[in-house]
Amino acid sequence: MDDQIKISVKSANFFYGSQQALHEVNISIRRCFVTALIGPSGCGKSTFLRALNRMNDLIPGTRLEGRVELDGQDVYSSSMDVIQLRRRVGMIFQRSNPFPMSIYENVAYGPRVNGLMKNRAELDVTVEKTLRSAALWDEVKDRLARSAMSLSGGQQQRLCIARALAVEPEVLLMDEPASALDPISTAKVEELIYELKRTYTIVIVTHNMQQAARVSDETGFFLNGRLVEFAETKKLFTAPAKRETEDYITGRFG
Amino acid sequence: MRRMVDRTFVAMTLAATLVILAMIAIILGNVVIHGRDRLSWEFLTAAPEQGMMAGGIFPAIYGTVLLVFLMSIVAVPFGVLVAIYFAEYARAESRLYRWTRMAVNNLAGVPSIVFGLFGLGFFIQTIGHGIDQVLYPGYLVYGQPSVLWAAMTMAVLTLPVVIITVEETMRAVPQEYREASLALGATRLQTILRVILPQAWSGVMTGAILAISRGAGEVAPVLFTGAAYFLPQLPTRANEQFMHLGYHIYAMSTQSPDVEATKPILYSTVFVLLVLTFLLNLTAILIRNRMRRWTTR
Amino acid sequence: MKGNSRIGAENGVGKMESAPSRHADNTAADDPATEGQTPFSRPLFPPQSAVRNRIDRLGELFISAVAFVVIAIIFLIFIYVAREAAPLAWRTIDGISIWSPLQTPYTWQPVGGVPKFNILPLIVGTLKVTLIAMLLATPLALAAALYTAEFAPPSLREWIKPAVEVLAGIPSVVIGFFVLIVLASWLQDAFGFQFRLNALSAGIGLAFAVIPLIYTVSEDALTSVPKLYREASLALGASKPQTAVRVVLPAASPGIFAALVLGFGRAIGETMIVLLASGNASMLSLSPFVPVRTLSATIASELGEVVFGGGHYRVLFLIGVVLFLITSLLNWIGARYNRRLRQRLSGAA
Ligand SMILES: Nc1ncnc2c1ncn2[C@@H]1O[C@H](COP(=O)(O)OP(=O)(O)O)[C@@H](O)[C@H]1O
Ligand SMILES: [Mg+2]
Repeated sequence: MDDQIKISVKSANFFYGSQQALHEVNISIRRCFVTALIGPSGCGKSTFLRALNRMNDLIPGTRLEGRVELDGQDVYSSSMDVIQLRRRVGMIFQRSNPFPMSIYENVAYGPRVNGLMKNRAELDVTVEKTLRSAALWDEVKDRLARSAMSLSGGQQQRLCIARALAVEPEVLLMDEPASALDPISTAKVEELIYELKRTYTIVIVTHNMQQAARVSDETGFFLNGRLVEFAETKKLFTAPAKRETEDYITGRFG
Repeated sequence: MRRMVDRTFVAMTLAATLVILAMIAIILGNVVIHGRDRLSWEFLTAAPEQGMMAGGIFPAIYGTVLLVFLMSIVAVPFGVLVAIYFAEYARAESRLYRWTRMAVNNLAGVPSIVFGLFGLGFFIQTIGHGIDQVLYPGYLVYGQPSVLWAAMTMAVLTLPVVIITVEETMRAVPQEYREASLALGATRLQTILRVILPQAWSGVMTGAILAISRGAGEVAPVLFTGAAYFLPQLPTRANEQFMHLGYHIYAMSTQSPDVEATKPILYSTVFVLLVLTFLLNLTAILIRNRMRRWTTR
Repeated sequence: MKGNSRIGAENGVGKMESAPSRHADNTAADDPATEGQTPFSRPLFPPQSAVRNRIDRLGELFISAVAFVVIAIIFLIFIYVAREAAPLAWRTIDGISIWSPLQTPYTWQPVGGVPKFNILPLIVGTLKVTLIAMLLATPLALAAALYTAEFAPPSLREWIKPAVEVLAGIPSVVIGFFVLIVLASWLQDAFGFQFRLNALSAGIGLAFAVIPLIYTVSEDALTSVPKLYREASLALGASKPQTAVRVVLPAASPGIFAALVLGFGRAIGETMIVLLASGNASMLSLSPFVPVRTLSATIASELGEVVFGGGHYRVLFLIGVVLFLITSLLNWIGARYNRRLRQRLSGAA
């Protein structure tokens, strides 16, 4: 297998009950790349993303056919430890959802449940480190004990990123992480993504094509549950190979 | 003309509201006016004397508190566990869930006297007698009315209150929090214990208080399961009978040889029971209102 | 490569990653070559999640097991009450059989030379008291619910609801006591009844108990009607009361019906109020001014004195079964109509 490939999906079909949401999706997501997924809403981007860390298991009656591999390992095999999988593959949601706890407790939650830290001092170090990597430390260092709900929307989303980073994941899945944010906060999150890709493999769903063009190395275009085109971002936006892709990026639908 | 009709209509609904509020005020006022004469520290701490015509009601207060205490250490934990099962593990669309949930709902509306029958038939005649046959052959130890069986009966009666309140608050916790926690590599149990339950805490509190208030006020279930009119001594064992505020009121108003003479004590007993249940319910209502504001924000 | 076990998988990943790669992954943190690029230089996590998973499964098992036991007990309630009554179905005990409650004469007289166990007087008594309570409670509770939901200023509304809920919190023995000691005398003085305690006094007492229930359920139903309905009607020039009566009330009607059914169920089974306030004598009469005895009060006042396992004992359990079935049926109907209301409003909105 290819060392450059972090996640590989082979002829994946996904069903919500009898309704099929993904059709024969094949994709290879490269290590330490930012991979963007674009497409009109309802085309299956979130479904695809949530299939990667088996978040869809939580919805009763869903089923995946085909194969999803993380470092060559079958994600859906019965020997896969789903809890560990989700620890390794972190997720950032569209609506920022910090727990109604203090800022500190939010970041410390993951390490705590995963039993990563031996003592409080170690935990303090981790919390500071992750808040720094999420570019939030300077803004919150004086109010770690305050409720996370007191933060602004953009800060909350970066806190969620910090929370995800604290369990030392390998992959970050982001489902429209900036869609609910103002332009300044969006810019901060994008900057952060750019920083993070040095260490993490990132898959980001966005409905904003400029954003995809700005942050990603490779881009996939989804339409009606199919991966229509997958290419280097620059190529996909300047010289799309498929007619549907061109129609979409030139704004003819969606 | 139309405005007249409209106004009269609104005035009538207002009048109905006032009638209801007046009814409450009359009951409470009457009890407060007549009940406070007799009330004293001694009344609360002394035992009855001269066939209930003198002394206090301490044994009844003690018995009620004991009953409610035993009841809640059973009803609250079990109710919370069932609520966790319903809200977090059971499939909401499964037939099993719908049926069991309906049974719990129905139980909340079954008359309390039926629970009294159940307590007698199940706890005393079946469980209690069973224990006696195995452990104390030939003796009557657990196969008779007692504070233990009254508390168990009351626990079954109040279980639905706890289950329904706690399940409701757990379901009100947004799904996003569950997903966020699981996406961080937490197990389901960790998610429930560390994220969901802390947010449903107000529900647990409300459920517990509603159960306690109900347990303190209901009389029908303890009529045959353990309440006694007069006992010379406080119960010290689980298989002894107990005195109960509500039962005391019932018995004093119907069985006293001289109702006029017992009236002041009777009123004061009612006053004590009212204050107790009123405070409990007020707390529950306040917690729930605060919680509602908190969840809708 | 395939991950065979969780532990093997973790280790395998770590080794594989140590191959030189431009895109260093942080799982390779144990490889000195890539250190510094990762935010954490600690070794990989101990693969302790097997323990955690086991605890998780045990927790689920424990919670489910407890839930099933508790639910089993819930179903046992009916079974155990019915079990004590059941022997009447196949044999005659103390001259009493399952048919005794239906046999003439129409008298319930458990003590005496020839005990009589016809429950007709009890049923008539129960219905009489319940009907009186419903006739008194329904208009009051519905009008108050209308006022609270439609006309009251918001600041007042916040006070009325908890105030009525206080009534719901008054123990029924206290209401019974109040009727017995105070209200019944007032009524007798005012109307000169022959019997101080009668069906009317018990019915008034019961009304106190069902008003908060009818009020709460129907107020919920009224407030669940979408604002859109009201706005549409008001925009057409209807007044607030017209809107309330012609638009909101019909839209909420399944919920109001549910409130009445649930109130009825509550009244039928209520024990302590009727026990104290009805006079507790089983006379077969339709007059609201004579003492009555209800099904629930009969159980309450007689079970303490019967011989365990005897015919009289079993007849009382049989009455319990009847009460259980009637109230269950009413609860079920009430829940159905409440669900219908929610479906109707969510379908239309
Ligand atoms: N929980 C669900 N149950 C059933 N169908 C769903 C569910 N979530 C999404 N879908 C359907 O799957 C398709 C893809 O949805 P989604 O992955 O959310 O699209 P996107 O994120 O691209 O907007 C849509 O047609 C949607 O209706
Ligand atoms: Mg989406």
